[in-house]
Amino acid sequence: MADLYSQKDSNILKTWLLMTVFLVLIILIGWLFGFIYNSPEILYFAVSLSLFMNFFAYWYSDKVALAMSGAKPASREAHLELFRIVENLSITAGLPMPRVYVMPGGQINAFATGRNPKHAAVAVTEGALMKLNKTELEGVLAHELSHIGNRDILISSVVVVLAGLIAILADWFLRASIWGNFREDSNNRQGGAVVLILGIVVAILAPLVATVIRLAVSRKREFLADASGALLTRYPEGLAGALEKIDGDETPMRYAHNGTAHLFISNPFKGKQKTSWFARLFMTHPPVEERIKILRGMQI
Amino acid sequence: MSTSFILVIILVVFGFFLAGAYNLLVRSKNRAKEAWADIDVQLKRRYDLIPNLVESVKGYAAHEREVLENVTKARSAAINAEQSGNVKEMAQAENMLSGALKSLFALSEAYPQLRAVESFTKLQDELSDTENKIQSARRFYNTNVMNLNTQIEQFPTNFVANIFGFKKEEFFELENETERETVKVSF
Repeated sequence: MADLYSQKDSNILKTWLLMTVFLVLIILIGWLFGFIYNSPEILYFAVSLSLFMNFFAYWYSDKVALAMSGAKPASREAHLELFRIVENLSITAGLPMPRVYVMPGGQINAFATGRNPKHAAVAVTEGALMKLNKTELEGVLAHELSHIGNRDILISSVVVVLAGLIAILADWFLRASIWGNFREDSNNRQGGAVVLILGIVVAILAPLVATVIRLAVSRKREFLADASGALLTRYPEGLAGALEKIDGDETPMRYAHNGTAHLFISNPFKGKQKTSWFARLFMTHPPVEERIKILRGMQI
Repeated sequence: MSTSFILVIILVVFGFFLAGAYNLLVRSKNRAKEAWADIDVQLKRRYDLIPNLVESVKGYAAHEREVLENVTKARSAAINAEQSGNVKEMAQAENMLSGALKSLFALSEAYPQLRAVESFTKLQDELSDTENKIQSARRFYNTNVMNLNTQIEQFPTNFVANIFGFKKEEFFELENETERETVKVSF
């Protein structure tokens, strides 16, 4: 498992890189707008905002992700089997026991979050507990625990907060520049036009950047977590069976959210008839059939 | 460039390699040791549960003395083996204990009233959970041991391992679960 240890290191490095890039990006945007509007306050605001958001993303992103998906802490008495599976798998993986959450809703889904294995949490839907048998549930949880072991959880949880903020900011700028343009139209036509164009560029680029980041953190590591999950259970068929059930399951997820979609084991948006070709272009999850094929092809 | 300069560079590079390989081996060794502690925790939990189980059965199947004594004997043998720290002996003793426990649980077939006793079913449940946890801990330990052993055998760390006397560790093998080969993954 030497390559999994190195995967962990590269994920930690990537998280720092991402946070630094984010810091610089927000400050740059702040500087740009401060320059255009000729008010340095915007720059100060941007600096403090980006610093605050970085700290917030590191310490609280798991809570944000759990709250956004409506997850509630599970008790050992009520979900004994779930707890035992998680306990046994964390022993096999050599990880401390994560906190266990249950999400409402009939869709089969699960995710893991937290900044490090000591502060990790796994959440599964009620649907997963009902519709999956023990080996399948084991496969899903092994996949989630692999995300914890590989430190995927930190980077993807941080992305929840940072990418979410980029989206919100882009929205702001678009509005501000349109309204600003209308107001200043009479006395400063050219400056307004520049701001408008800049605003539009930022508004289009920023969500794109956010999506690309999310894609970068999501697709490959799903395959990797499938593989290391199979190493934990020594039974790839469990996860393959679960993925098949997930694929056939059309129940919509109650708390599906754009900002957290990449955390889940499978896309929480399926079942909602809204996937356009554009959305499919930015799919956060690799096709389920491909994952099943790889799992079934593993030689044990 | 003089030859002595080149020699110094070679020495420095060699020194870095030596330190890196040595640290790698130490890390793997400590990981295996830590994993062994996990097994110990679960084994101790099993030893603690057994006397209560024997007590709860005694009242209902007192004349099955042989079965009960076997369990008690196997338990103390396992505890002795655990204190000796010999991995092979331990595995043997643990297998004996598992066998003895199996015949104890088989009693519940002959004495259906046992299955109605809450303390018995609860202990049975706890024991099977502990056994699963022993298997989990064992697999984590074996993964780490395999990692260490591979490093000790593999070129070029095997030289460093030889110089500093790193020893290969023993796998902890238990019956009733056939350990399969590592999953091979290809992307």
